Amino acid sequence: MTAPIQVNSFRTGPDERGHFGIYGGRFVAETLMPLILDLERAYAEAKADPAYRREMDGHLKNYVGRPSPLYLAERLTAHFAGAKIYFKREDLNHTGAHKVNNVLGQIMLAKRMGKPRVIAETGAGMHGVATATLCAKFGLKCIVYMGAVDVGRQQPNVLRMKAMGAEVRAVESGAKTLKDAMNEALRDWVTNVSDTFYCIGTVAGPHPYPMMVRDFQSIIGIETREQMQQEEGRLPDSLIACIGGGSNAMGLFYPFLDDRQVEIYGVEAAGHGLKKKHAASVAGGKPGVLHGNRTYLLMDDDGQIEEAHSISAGLDYPGIGPEHSWLHDVGRIKFLSATDKEALAAFQLCSRMEGIIPALESCHALARLGDIVSNKPKDHLMVVNLSGRGDKDLDSVAHHLGGKL
Amino acid sequence: MTTRIDRRFADLKSEGRAGLVTFLMAGDPDAKTALAILKALPKAGADVIEIGMPFTDPMADGPAIQAAGLRALKSGQTMVKTLAAVRAFRKDDDTTPIVLMGYYNPIYIYGVAKFLDDAKGAGVDGLIVVDLPPEEDEELCLPALAAGLNFIRLATPTTDDKRLPAVLKNTSGFVYYVSIAGITGAAAPDVGQVHAAVGRIKRHTKLPVAVGFGVRSAKQVKDIAAGAEAVVVGSALVNAVAKSLDNKGKATGRTVKAVTNLVSELASGVRGPKKAK
Ligand SMILES: Cc1ncc(COP(=O)(O)O)c(C=O)c1O
Repeated sequence: MTAPIQVNSFRTGPDERGHFGIYGGRFVAETLMPLILDLERAYAEAKADPAYRREMDGHLKNYVGRPSPLYLAERLTAHFAGAKIYFKREDLNHTGAHKVNNVLGQIMLAKRMGKPRVIAETGAGMHGVATATLCAKFGLKCIVYMGAVDVGRQQPNVLRMKAMGAEVRAVESGAKTLKDAMNEALRDWVTNVSDTFYCIGTVAGPHPYPMMVRDFQSIIGIETREQMQQEEGRLPDSLIACIGGGSNAMGLFYPFLDDRQVEIYGVEAAGHGLKKKHAASVAGGKPGVLHGNRTYLLMDDDGQIEEAHSISAGLDYPGIGPEHSWLHDVGRIKFLSATDKEALAAFQLCSRMEGIIPALESCHALARLGDIVSNKPKDHLMVVNLSGRGDKDLDSVAHHLGGKL
Repeated sequence: MTTRIDRRFADLKSEGRAGLVTFLMAGDPDAKTALAILKALPKAGADVIEIGMPFTDPMADGPAIQAAGLRALKSGQTMVKTLAAVRAFRKDDDTTPIVLMGYYNPIYIYGVAKFLDDAKGAGVDGLIVVDLPPEEDEELCLPALAAGLNFIRLATPTTDDKRLPAVLKNTSGFVYYVSIAGITGAAAPDVGQVHAAVGRIKRHTKLPVAVGFGVRSAKQVKDIAAGAEAVVVGSALVNAVAKSLDNKGKATGRTVKAVTNLVSELASGVRGPKKAK
């Protein structure tokens, strides 16, 4: 949008009011304002408490199974005959995606704050599953809002949530996808203010959520730095991740933002194509205000939010986290996009060449990989965030491929 | 600077009664019917008129007002049309205050400066923007006050004594007390608790207090009016619109009447025997 701005560091945001440049903020109803101020205080206290960090590290190791491996994808590397491709294996975390990194931090906070009831919104169901999982572990009541369309296309995750004792509420309003689930979760929170903790699944929403979720997900990038040092004796040359709200991407990117030689790519969902229905809010949107923050949004000329479309439920959202919007404007992250078709092709390629079935979300990052690595020298080190595993998507992929997996 | 809102509340005070504030969605079910309803409201007994600016994602609204917004958008309602309706209303009525209520994004996209100019020019008196708490006053509240519009803030059961001064600081016209922690159209408020909460707010401000959320009957209006300057009814009126529509969702000959009849009935709650004092 604007010419890149010169900044000393890309890691100083947000300011005390939750702004990343013009993005972010706290655009919520008065009823919720005292709650998010409480949350901000509680998070600051927890962050300063070494016992909280110690307990989290223990659970990350023994419950989530971290560190997740940094895996050299040899056959894909040979296939593209360019840069060396590494996968950061977030699919191997307990619950099968990066979502759990954030949920652990938030549920531990809910416990600290004495909130017995947790609500969450979910698209693909991975955040819902992670929330149901940790609520089971910590003995909290869990209610997950999920668009009715997503309930249909992500059945395995609906069953997983129910198996762990969560209540899944199908949302029938709007396009019946992630945006509508978030509206319903906010309505629940406004109604149940005293006992409820809202566990947001991505780097969006009112301050402090974008910052807090980023902090919890940064473990991805922190580990990647160490692992790459160990493997190759240096930092990676480029990073790529898919973008729904942008939490797996921010988690990988954040620790590298000030290493300016590292190229950073975010891949949005181009759905049926950028000229048709899609979910690429940076490529096809403009700054607006929704769900508590100012950020790039898909909308019409009258400021009405448009329904997104992506084959991947986790990317089917008309917005993006505010820090990404800022990093786009200042030119630190390069935003690309991949269509439904390209994601499906990447799903097949990765499954067959690496024996790893990726989540359809992650397939969007894999889909742009070829264009980038093919033009790089063989000693270029590229890390793809393999944000989740694709078991949940098998039915839907089989359906789209006409039964031929 | 006194506004239509200030004058209306001064008049109500001298009449010794509380006011009825009605909420309906602009362009619901279509622009023409909505304008006919709007024009009929003062005679039916509305003392202050709130007009909803439709938005696709009304996070603090229940099913009734969500549906009203979607009906309006489907029939082609835009911000330009909403302001045009206010302008048309003002041709015949220069005293009934009009407050636009909604969410920030449509205003932000219209452009704050242009919106304030056009709203003021059309005859709008005040704004209620649900997702702009005092923490975001620079966005719209301060420019609106500078433009001579009232900025009416919501106080809620979660707004404690510590926070109330911040909420009241740049509020003008009146304070809107949201009687429940919840979305519009939800559970009926407990009258005793509402009176206590209004009393608490009044210890912090001289502004009139209007109470809304969950009010649907003349009896509730009357009970709440005993302790407040005004009572707001929204979802019940919006439901009256919904129930009057044909099976394609279009207005019928009953639509305007359905709303004005209910407004008259509700108005009896503030216009009956004088408020006991
Ligand atoms: C595996 C996986 N990757 C990515 C995403 C997108 O979310 P984010 O952009 O916040 O990482 C999701 C969301 O459901 C997901 O399940």
